[in-house]
Amino acid sequence: MAARTLLDKIWDAHLVAAESPTTPAILYVDLHLVHEVTSPQAFADLRTRGLRVRQPARTLATMDHSIPTRPVSADGSIPFVTPEAEQQVRTMRENCRYFGIELLDMDDPSRGIVHVIGPELGVTQPGMTIVCGDSHTSTHGAFGALAFGIGTSEVGHVLATQCLLQRKPKAMAIEVRGRLSPGVDAKDLILHIIGRIGVDGGTGSVIEYRGEGIRALSMEQRMTVCNMSIEAGARAGMIAPDETTLAWLRDRPRVPKGADWASAQAQWEALHSDQGARFDRVVEIDAAEVRPTVSYGTHPGMVVDVDARVPRVGNALHQRALDYMGLRAGSPIAGTPVDLVFVGSCTNGRLSDLRAAADVLRGRKLAGHVRMLVVPGSAAVKRAAEQEGLDRIFRAAGAEWREPGCSMCIAMNGDFVPPGRLAVSTSNRNFEGRQGPGARTVLASPASAAAAAIAGCIADPRSLGGQEAVA
Amino acid sequence: MTPVRHIHSRTVLLAHENIDTDRIIPARFLTTTTRAGLGRHAFQDWRYRSDGTPDPEFVLNRPEAMGAAILVAGRNFGCGSSREHAPWALLDAGFRAVISSEIADIFRSNALKNGLVAITVDAPEHRFLLRHPGIELRIDVAGGEIALPDGGRFGFSLDAFARHCLVEGIDQLGFLQRHEAAIQSYEEQFA
Ligand code: SF4
Repeated sequence: MAARTLLDKIWDAHLVAAESPTTPAILYVDLHLVHEVTSPQAFADLRTRGLRVRQPARTLATMDHSIPTRPVSADGSIPFVTPEAEQQVRTMRENCRYFGIELLDMDDPSRGIVHVIGPELGVTQPGMTIVCGDSHTSTHGAFGALAFGIGTSEVGHVLATQCLLQRKPKAMAIEVRGRLSPGVDAKDLILHIIGRIGVDGGTGSVIEYRGEGIRALSMEQRMTVCNMSIEAGARAGMIAPDETTLAWLRDRPRVPKGADWASAQAQWEALHSDQGARFDRVVEIDAAEVRPTVSYGTHPGMVVDVDARVPRVGNALHQRALDYMGLRAGSPIAGTPVDLVFVGSCTNGRLSDLRAAADVLRGRKLAGHVRMLVVPGSAAVKRAAEQEGLDRIFRAAGAEWREPGCSMCIAMNGDFVPPGRLAVSTSNRNFEGRQGPGARTVLASPASAAAAAIAGCIADPRSLGGQEAVA
Repeated sequence: MTPVRHIHSRTVLLAHENIDTDRIIPARFLTTTTRAGLGRHAFQDWRYRSDGTPDPEFVLNRPEAMGAAILVAGRNFGCGSSREHAPWALLDAGFRAVISSEIADIFRSNALKNGLVAITVDAPEHRFLLRHPGIELRIDVAGGEIALPDGGRFGFSLDAFARHCLVEGIDQLGFLQRHEAAIQSYEEQFA
């Protein structure tokens, strides 16, 4: 057989029907994750057509986008931002009950952001096809799965048939040569990559991240990288499973056990691109060139090293973005005043991210005018962080410690950045208005975000310590 | 689904590159549980000033935009999230087609499933359309052609299956369901 890419292998293994010039392939879906925002209309379609969910056991639902991250009120009520948000959550509950789908509800100890809990529970496994009505489904590709976001119509297709109509994407390789320098995080790497290839650099493709610089990353860091594949326009990102992957998965609650684990492991070990497999495009990145990186504009490709100056580009779009952000071309990005800091999201809301932020904050105080929100990615992350005392570090520094959820990443639950305010955020999108109407977003790593909170302005985290945690 | 074969309309221009789905429909309007009524929030933060009144400067609020069903947008339209609320909002706001030199993958797929014709044209044609706001176009979906008022024509390609579904009004879920036997045999063997 000809040399195949990792994408080829997973694709081929899930073909119910191959594609032809006139019809797309029918692809089987192993795991369908569902959340409250992109599913109600799909469930409504099923009801209208009198259909059932074909494979409830392959479907897992949670609530993460519309839910408040403030604790339950003294009177036991949950502080939803609007009655619509509460109604959406109720609809999710009713749909799960009606269709027999497991729901990790707001009081469930394993609930959290959908892309954080899949890997935590071990439902995310190598070689799987995983979909969710959410573009950051690409996160799960860190385990060597083919994982991508779908629209609500497709959510309905998968609920009803466990299949999707898909054209095969192109295979793109990003080879990271060498290892990241101490004090440089996976977030810096992916921002650097998007800066290099552009926000449409991956359009039509699945990116396989490869090379020594990727192998050296922890699972959590790999998830950060794959998470933002969509910000480069790609359908998905993936990393071949290895020892690091197996070590993460072993003993997770929902992985195969005993003899099944052994046979699963044997299968997973074959999941890598063959020697000589052909990619449609290969991009090489030199890890040594990556420095702490932040965004300065209004899309995730507008990035700059934290110790560099805001680029001068003589076009109207660029100028418009700078005007929106209140920045001047040619000025150093460091030193830009910051109003808010957000640590959280499916990009950087895992335990290692909170540790990296806490390492910078330990024994320090937020700058007087800065407000900081730390929102764990899941209930499990929250518990683990509290066990280590990270919540006390955040609180002592003056930050707010919240309940898990998407929160200020998407600003639909009442957590938002006020108009004209600048937030350094560990999330993934800095579009105009993403974190609230008129909000200004600077994307950064957890260490850079924490450094900004202390300095009161954008700052190089290497100047403040805390490197151990991210090295 | 209602078949979509021809679209005949003036264009309206949003020339910005990288118009993302948060722009098209901000997240705070995603708490809805239906598809209906999103049109009034399409491009909300461009269309309305902070006091809630329409911004008369914004192109979609200008008289010449009224009734235009073809949106010509800058490169990489629809990037960002997978929210199908974006095409729902555009359809509800009266658009039937979006033309750009590049359209983000998930947005295009979502749009086509809802009968919003997402068309990519080559850069020179795109530049022409950007230079001629309000031009009257006839889009022939089956033929893959855009006719200009002076008789000129642009070709465009559309995925064959997506075009077939548009032109014949085929519902993709129904199409999948007709492959029940294949799905079942896959499940027996592998799943
Ligand atoms: S954290 Fe942000 S990007 Fe991730 S799923 Fe939630 S809203 Fe989407």
